[in-house]
Amino acid sequence: MSFARSRWVSPLLLLALWEVGAVTGVIPRRTLASPHEVISTFAEMVSSGELGRNLLVSFGRIAAGLAIGVTVGIALALVAGLSREGEAAVDSPVQMLRSLPSLALSPLFIVWFGIGETPKIALIAFGVTFPVYLNLYGGIRGVDKRLLDAARSLGLTRREQIMHVILPGALPSLLVGLRYALSLAVLVLVVAEQINASQGLGYLINEARDFMRTEVIVVCLVVYAGLGLLFDKLIRTVEHRALAWRPQLVED
Amino acid sequence: MSIWLHDFTRRFGDNTVISRLNLDIAPGEFVALVGRSGCGKTTLLRALAGLDDVGDQDVKVPSARAVVFQDARLLPWKRVWQNVTLGLRGSNPRRRAEAALREVELGHRLEAWPLTLSGGEAQRAALARALVREPELLLLDEPFAALDALTRIKMHELVVQLWRAHKPAVVLVTHDVSEAVALADRILLMERGQIAVEERVDSARRSDLAYQQALRETLLSHLGVERESAPRVTQPDPTLHLSPQVST
Repeated sequence: MSFARSRWVSPLLLLALWEVGAVTGVIPRRTLASPHEVISTFAEMVSSGELGRNLLVSFGRIAAGLAIGVTVGIALALVAGLSREGEAAVDSPVQMLRSLPSLALSPLFIVWFGIGETPKIALIAFGVTFPVYLNLYGGIRGVDKRLLDAARSLGLTRREQIMHVILPGALPSLLVGLRYALSLAVLVLVVAEQINASQGLGYLINEARDFMRTEVIVVCLVVYAGLGLLFDKLIRTVEHRALAWRPQLVED
Repeated sequence: MSIWLHDFTRRFGDNTVISRLNLDIAPGEFVALVGRSGCGKTTLLRALAGLDDVGDQDVKVPSARAVVFQDARLLPWKRVWQNVTLGLRGSNPRRRAEAALREVELGHRLEAWPLTLSGGEAQRAALARALVREPELLLLDEPFAALDALTRIKMHELVVQLWRAHKPAVVLVTHDVSEAVALADRILLMERGQIAVEERVDSARRSDLAYQQALRETLLSHLGVERESAPRVTQPDPTLHLSPQVST
């Protein structure tokens, strides 16, 4: 009974079906390599350092893109959120730019930045700026006015109101924005690395495609998924610490 | 130091919410402000609290003032004691906050997150946050309205006890006439932005049920609540909230 209800059963069954299909030739190798080949390729790529090296390059691009994009997003949101003048100056251009799909900018970025690291990092940075900006800006503007009244009645200066009321109040929204930003960063990375890369996960996939090595492609896909999970876990950990005051987390 | 507003007027656009209102409050006096919604009592309280800019009108309010709102308005991301120290100047804020919280019997909840407090506890924390500033003017904006009847009675006793200990002038805004009669020295009834009725409460006769009843009826009739039916002292009136003196 508990076996039949376990959430692991059907994925493992699918994996077994895939393996049987591949070994018996029902699933041709050029369509999809078998699970055991994927696993052994994964082990090889890890031990030869090929995967680690390329993963590190991709990771570096994400980190650089995120660092720039998140910083810009936070800075713009603070300017627009904390003053009417800032809102007038910043919000409308950002709202206009945000309607551009960031991936559609890649031709322009190649013209501007060439085909090295810069356009890849710039694409990620551009993409992640908006979810961070929109969520933080909304969070700042959505801070409970009654709490601000209370803070003013306690004699808090504007600076103290920002530090103790506005920013902590907007933090949950910022974390939502960061979560979007991280998943978007992986998405943009996949496409950005198709631009003439000579290293990185995207490069591995491209090369594998040229040689029809489906097992390498599957390994890379699994690594992408792993990156997504890792980032999600990261944000959850940060949330758990930063939002410990929320009752549902307190009760844990 | 006394508190006053002379000829105080407050407009929002074409809407005059308070017109030429005069109010003097002696140091340590407990004043209740009753009135129907929309009569301007909240606007008056905000002016006294310094939350709205009153311009250069003839208003004298001590800068040492504090507000307790209907909803406790604790910052959910700060622990209870940190909420009390918020904006607190001077030395050793934490120790003072802890003393204030013990005074409202919250000594065991110093490190709690506000969202884990009950309504009564949150309101007591808000009281501690107000009193730790040693205000000369304590503004209470319907602070008991969201509490259940039993908690409300306990809060009434606590407020009176704290008021006796610290002697701030108190302005209690309430829609509950019984509460006003039970707590205040003076009851002001506001109507259309002015003080329409002023009643002094004789504290020596406060525990006299008939006196209370008469006072309540005077105020209620001014508020337009006239009820012909039945005795009211022995039978709790469903529209009135329980207060310590009428807990029959």
